[in-house]
Amino acid sequence: MIVTRVQAASFDAAAEITVLTAGRSNIGAVVSFTGLVRGDDALVSLTLEHYPAMTERALSAIAAEAEARWPLMGGIVIHRVGRLLPGDPIVLVAVASAHRAAAFAATEFLMDWLKTKAPFWKAEAREGGTTWVAARDSDEAAAARWRAAD
Amino acid sequence: MIDLLYFAWVRERIGLDGETLPCPAGVATVADLLDWLSARSPAHTAALADRSAIRVAVDQVFAGPGTPVTAGCEVAIFPPVTGG
Repeated sequence: MIVTRVQAASFDAAAEITVLTAGRSNIGAVVSFTGLVRGDDALVSLTLEHYPAMTERALSAIAAEAEARWPLMGGIVIHRVGRLLPGDPIVLVAVASAHRAAAFAATEFLMDWLKTKAPFWKAEAREGGTTWVAARDSDEAAAARWRAAD
Repeated sequence: MIDLLYFAWVRERIGLDGETLPCPAGVATVADLLDWLSARSPAHTAALADRSAIRVAVDQVFAGPGTPVTAGCEVAIFPPVTGG
């Protein structure tokens, strides 16, 4: 089962992967992705807002979709909210499976859908003020790739 | 009543994080609701002016213009999501 969490606190990717595989000898592959706050253009901080009642449902639905598409042996999705600084981790996706192909594909799928189907919004604070990040067409296109498999 | 929730710049432009309003007469769908809300105040008009930049969820599920809106539902209005 893929566990999903939304939290203000940071996370330790290595520790999460250790939990994922602890006491198991049937897992052959773990793929993980960690997203970090990029300090582009003198970014001071990044604040993530979300819609709590919907976030939980959306993350569970995205995780269930990944489990329906690939033979997975567990996973973790952590998305942070609140004020983050350049270099801070924002998001972790880690997926376990018997073979690497499913783990690679599911990790990419989870990130693509997380970016386009979960209710989070980023605001970037710089010297001159705060601006909301605009959605990118390339993220929509990346998420749409997976619809062919529906 | 309808529970309205606003997020990100929709919240900032309207100046509220939400409001609970009596279910307006003649409002049956998300599109009807957005039209009706737009006329509520200049701030609502400005926030909802560009419909291509507005996304809606009804009872925590993404909705389209034709999604029914009924008394007791929770309607969230926000810009395209930018998490991850």
